[in-house]
Amino acid sequence: MKITFNINGEPRSIDTDGEAPLLWVIRDGLNLKGTKYGCGKAACGACTIHVDGMQVRSCSYPAKFAEGKEITTIEGLSQGDNLHPVQQAWIDEVVPQCGYCQPGFMMATAALLKEIPNPTDEDIDNNIINVCRCATYYRMRKAIHKAAALAKQNPSE
Amino acid sequence: MSKGKKQKKGIKRRMFLKRSGVGIGLMIGGVWLTRNPIRRTIIKTSETLVVPYAGPTSDPLLWLQITPDNNLILHSSKVEMGQGTFTGLAQIVADEMGLPIEKIKVVHAETKAGNLDPFGTGGSMSIASLWVPLREMAATLNLMLLNKAAEKLSVNPDTLRLEGGTITDGSQSLTYGQIVADVTEWDIPSTPPLKKRSEYTYLGKPVPRVDLKEKVMGAPIFGIDAEYPDMLYASVVRSRLIDAQMQNFDTTEAERMPGVIKIYQDEDFIGVIAETHIQAETARKKIKFDYNKNADWSLADIEEKITVGNGNKTIVQKEGPIVEDIDEDAEIIELAFRSSIGAHAQMEPNGAVANYQEGNLEIKVSTQVPQLTQSEVAKAMGMSKKEVNIIPTFLGGGFGRRLHTPNAIQAAKMSKAIGRPVKSFFDRQQEFQNDTFRPPTHHVMKAAVKDGEILGIEHQFASGDTLFNSAMDPGIERVVRADIGSVRGGTIIYDGMPRRATYYHVDLPFATSFWRSLGLLANAFAIESFIDELALKTKQSPVDLRLQYMRDDNPYIVRAKKVLKTCAQKAGYTDEVKDGRAMGIALTIDTGSPCAHVAEVSIVEGSIKIHKVTAVLDCGIAVNPDQVRAQVEGCVCMGISAALYEKMDLKENKLFPINYGSYDMALMRDTPKEIDVVLIEGIDKPGPVGEPPLGPIGAAISNALRRLTGERLTQMPLSAFIS
Ligand code: FES
Ligand code: FES
Repeated sequence: MKITFNINGEPRSIDTDGEAPLLWVIRDGLNLKGTKYGCGKAACGACTIHVDGMQVRSCSYPAKFAEGKEITTIEGLSQGDNLHPVQQAWIDEVVPQCGYCQPGFMMATAALLKEIPNPTDEDIDNNIINVCRCATYYRMRKAIHKAAALAKQNPSE
Repeated sequence: MSKGKKQKKGIKRRMFLKRSGVGIGLMIGGVWLTRNPIRRTIIKTSETLVVPYAGPTSDPLLWLQITPDNNLILHSSKVEMGQGTFTGLAQIVADEMGLPIEKIKVVHAETKAGNLDPFGTGGSMSIASLWVPLREMAATLNLMLLNKAAEKLSVNPDTLRLEGGTITDGSQSLTYGQIVADVTEWDIPSTPPLKKRSEYTYLGKPVPRVDLKEKVMGAPIFGIDAEYPDMLYASVVRSRLIDAQMQNFDTTEAERMPGVIKIYQDEDFIGVIAETHIQAETARKKIKFDYNKNADWSLADIEEKITVGNGNKTIVQKEGPIVEDIDEDAEIIELAFRSSIGAHAQMEPNGAVANYQEGNLEIKVSTQVPQLTQSEVAKAMGMSKKEVNIIPTFLGGGFGRRLHTPNAIQAAKMSKAIGRPVKSFFDRQQEFQNDTFRPPTHHVMKAAVKDGEILGIEHQFASGDTLFNSAMDPGIERVVRADIGSVRGGTIIYDGMPRRATYYHVDLPFATSFWRSLGLLANAFAIESFIDELALKTKQSPVDLRLQYMRDDNPYIVRAKKVLKTCAQKAGYTDEVKDGRAMGIALTIDTGSPCAHVAEVSIVEGSIKIHKVTAVLDCGIAVNPDQVRAQVEGCVCMGISAALYEKMDLKENKLFPINYGSYDMALMRDTPKEIDVVLIEGIDKPGPVGEPPLGPIGAAISNALRRLTGERLTQMPLSAFIS
């Protein structure tokens, strides 16, 4: 079937099996490789994207539901050279090791900050439940607090 | 003066570093053999040895390429799997060549370029082993550029000096880019003296990772992101059962599935090639087959096999009599420990993208062993190595999981059969089912104790393979017998008394292999928990007890003592339980880098909570202290995950769980709110970093729990035993 949606601000149409996970439509159909495959069962968060502003694990989201939706992937998180506060905080705290899980964590964090602009440690524990095998959680926590502070300084984000 | 690149007359050859196969194995040679004392010497050496860099060093141009636009491309034969090696290498080269680090781009060396490292990437050896050779190559390249500039400017080289990317005699100057323009032949001079450490500007600085921007922007840098035009997708059938052959394949239904182009089948495997990834996966699941089991297996069978006394016995440390024979009035204290089967669970699944075209093959792949992959693929394809180019990509985690390369061979065979590029990856279930696991272990610790004195200690342990597996030259096993990997951290470092370690090597019916730090985590869990128990038994502080039995003036022990004392002091270590929190301390020396942890632990609503970890590591010079800290933090948190939660189960030949979530791991909520990392520079060169800090964590947590609950936990993962 033909599915039409906006992705990172651009309208796109793609022919795909409507039941195929949106993850693979994004990765292979649209060649946006920042969204990662980790488990295919909504268990790790590597494939996290935003659909109409809500975080979604795209490996378990049939493509047909994307019809008419506004989708953001890691490639669209920043506005050109203007980094999203989450990405800026990630750079400031030098979070990534292998880096594979990081887009998913940044997308999950960006979604969290929209809902809870000033998350407590407990908010972070309860909401950031992705998997990072390099176990960069310690720096991620710092970066999440930092991103919250950056976003406040620059409320347009 | 001009001689071709091939006649490198003045080259100071470092051929003694050039070995094929794994450094340590071949160094031993085929002659010394099979006697226990020799094995013990090998093992003792391997505990502290930095395996020398085994790749080429005589031609700096294999590593360092000056581009016409006056930048430098560093072609690394070590891969970047998160450990920060690329950044450290860039710092080292920038310093030695006097270049701004922004001018350096680090990439993975393609095998066709010839910069091949037979050791691969692992063992925490990258920076430590390249510290001297890479600086020598950088210094040599500078001299080459200087000589070439002199030739181009027709001046005496002595009048020239280097200034951050240009060479000048005061009046005229050339950029490095201008110097290399049109040059086809280089003289390679003898290695000039290296700069003094005081002349380095990047060394010891927290330079941001060179791959930071790409990783934060989501750039397509991993093997799974690689593509070729006109590429197809494949999915390979893999066994759900251990110790069983798949048989009687029926592909009728799979063939009829949408998008399927070909079912590939040979004597080794069967795979579906389709237009899209999902079509290939969906069709693969429709292939029917049954199994021919060789035997039935459950976890209990495995544990029975992995029991001290079973398997191939090697005494790996033998100083003095067994504890029972030391003093007949002594009390013998004995405790047994176990650790679970652990999965790698690296985030990027294994796979490869192969492009076979008219007798040439290119493979893009996340691998820790590009050279081995090249030779294995060439062999399987009946091609010469020259015809096979491996293009390593960034790895979405390594941890020892990418030292086997069957996926590259499979992708290559399918690409050849279909005449188009093929991408073939494991799905996550296949990753878990077909992992090369951390082997389960069993340990019996014994000590003779009399009048509050420890008279002798013995560690007997059983483990599956870590080092001897399909990735290794089989000759090594025959020589060393005791698996150097499984015995990592297995000998007793406490001295001035009889001490012994005996290893039982057990063959298991499923693949086990390298898992970050190999035997260290489990061995240290047993030994360091037992030492803590002895401290309680003899009513001493566990810090004092350790120090009392570290009397050797051997430099590793001297450094370890300082690490232990610093850790206890920095953490404010106390035996007392305060506000429901207890501390546990542990110490290890791994690959020559001593490390101590103090864990501060409580139990909240029945689960273990780690509040703070103080980690002290002596890794010598920290080329990039920020990234060394990142490795320590990562080791601490990965270690917490393994120590508290991780375990594979086995029923009716099925290993499970087979996905994240059900394979219980530590997540954000389990991460200590404070990780205090202290780095000590106890030697004047960089030492191993990426694994040693994993050593003490299991024991440190367990020792804290012992003080908190009064109970000694003897099995990892620990959380299963807390109620
Ligand atoms: S890949 Fe989607 S949650 Fe893991
Ligand atoms: S940075 Fe490697 S998995 Fe998270």
